[in-house]
Amino acid sequence: MAALNTEPNLPSPDDFYERLIATHRGLSDDESALVNAKLVLLLANHIGDATVLAQAMEAARDGVGTPSRGEAP
Amino acid sequence: MKTYRNPLYAYQRPPEIDAPGGRRPVVIAGAGPVGLAAAIDFGQRGIPVVVVDDDRTVSVGSRAICYAKRALEILDRLGCGQRVVDKGIGWNVGKVFFKDELVYRFDLLPEPGHRRPAFVNLQQYWFEEFLVDRARELAAVELRWENKVVGVAPHADGVDVRVATPDGEYTLACDWLVVCDGSRSPVRQILGLEAEGQVFRDRFLIADIHMKSDFPTERWFWFDPPFHPNQSALLHRQADDVWRIDFQLGWEADPDEERKPERILPRLRAMLGDKADFDIEWASVYTFQCRRMQRFRHDRVIFAGDAAHVVSPFGARGANSGIQDTDNLVWKLELVLAGRAPDRLLDTYDVERTYAADENILNSTRSTDFITPKSRVSRTFRDAVLSLAKSHAFARRLVNSGRLSVPAVLAASPLNTPDRDADFARGPAAMIPGAPAADAPVAGPAGDWLLGYLGGGFTLLGFGDAVGPFGVGALARERIPCRVVQVGGKATAGATVVEDAQGLAVRRYDARPGTVYLLRPDQHVCARWREFDLPSVRAAIARATCNH
Repeated sequence: MAALNTEPNLPSPDDFYERLIATHRGLSDDESALVNAKLVLLLANHIGDATVLAQAMEAARDGVGTPSRGEAP
Repeated sequence: MKTYRNPLYAYQRPPEIDAPGGRRPVVIAGAGPVGLAAAIDFGQRGIPVVVVDDDRTVSVGSRAICYAKRALEILDRLGCGQRVVDKGIGWNVGKVFFKDELVYRFDLLPEPGHRRPAFVNLQQYWFEEFLVDRARELAAVELRWENKVVGVAPHADGVDVRVATPDGEYTLACDWLVVCDGSRSPVRQILGLEAEGQVFRDRFLIADIHMKSDFPTERWFWFDPPFHPNQSALLHRQADDVWRIDFQLGWEADPDEERKPERILPRLRAMLGDKADFDIEWASVYTFQCRRMQRFRHDRVIFAGDAAHVVSPFGARGANSGIQDTDNLVWKLELVLAGRAPDRLLDTYDVERTYAADENILNSTRSTDFITPKSRVSRTFRDAVLSLAKSHAFARRLVNSGRLSVPAVLAASPLNTPDRDADFARGPAAMIPGAPAADAPVAGPAGDWLLGYLGGGFTLLGFGDAVGPFGVGALARERIPCRVVQVGGKATAGATVVEDAQGLAVRRYDARPGTVYLLRPDQHVCARWREFDLPSVRAAIARATCNH
């Protein structure tokens, strides 16, 4: 079963980060939120694996707000 | 209304007003689509049934308009499918728009070779009128209008139903009370029972308009259209040039104001343009809920349809699932009434139909979360899906304007006999135990469609003549008889032979010569084998009737 890879995997991390920020240049907060949401959906479809996606969602939520209810899919 | 006049059914003084009457096997509370379907099913089986309804006509307003393929197939068995299909508007294709662009198109029945389309749209009043007409043909069905249930007293071996009429009250004693009195279910309230779940904070306006138009016969759904910004809208064609239009209004909308023609007309004008020529037939503002009773069976009081479970309308899972409830219940109750199955067979109604209700509630809740996002981020993701859908195929699968009613596959039912032969096809469309039987075109003595030969009682569907005259005769003589329908092969005394006109029956049932399927009276598969074996069929029928 595949697992979420959280080891370094980006060949050029600084380039990626710059590009991510640049993607949002000139956008309002609402527009940025929309772009982020589209990005999540595109990447989620690319990954496809439900286990990996669930682990990523958990890792993203970790430490933010109160613990999520952790609903089973 | 211009296109429909509600029939008025005559109230008749019930004999029990003047003298206590005998005990009835079955009383049905409510003469809506679900109560009427139940009554016809009992009536066709020769079981006397009294239906009490507090009104004296059919639905006022079009209400439930989308009847799904499975419900139509059940109506075919009940002898009134053709009228519904002839009068209704068949459709298979849905389109979804985001702002003013088409982003997604779906076809709910992409393959030919089925008698019934994915859906027929028909106003609920027509639907009920046809069912009333059919019920009146059956000597065993008695419809009592303006008979309102005001008291229910269950006891160990029956139920006393207190009924109010224009001539006063009387008591109707029965063995079983089947409750089909709708989402507000007065009987449920009398008994102090609850249906628990979720209420959605949104309001919708539905308007029926009469209009000549050449819009295609498809379901059109808009998210955030220019004519109704930030909300959704739905357009659906019904019979008699009546069109159903839904406008999402939001929670803050004032339902009394929104119902007024002067509020509705500008919305319609914005959508249909200044030149469109239409009249408003009927309008209503509604909120919706997803909830169900914990149990549908309370000893001798059995709930079906909206009385037992309600869903949001996106997906047409209300009336369609209610009709499947009665399809599941009536044959079981018949066997229990006849002493041919133990009382606990009725518990499987509860098991199977609460499972189906949960599936419907899950689907309809998910649709509602997409159509009515509950938070800003939910709205953002919804809009992200819609804006990706036009150019990216994956996102179209996420667009949810209603996952339209499909029958439940009762794969975990205790009535199924698990497959012994490992080489049967599985997967979503396969005829696994628990699946509703697939239709196919056939040639035979009783019509051109396979489903017309199945159901009512138990049926053994054999491919080829492997059952043989001994097997056919033995199954016919069982305490719970089972008739044999043969696809191809040489004629066998007592069996009905049909020819697989296009080879689709063989394909849909993953059949080889010798394959046999056992179908329940409600046309669900309950067992299948690669070869016929009389003891195995007997055991499977025993299992499917809790006689084991």
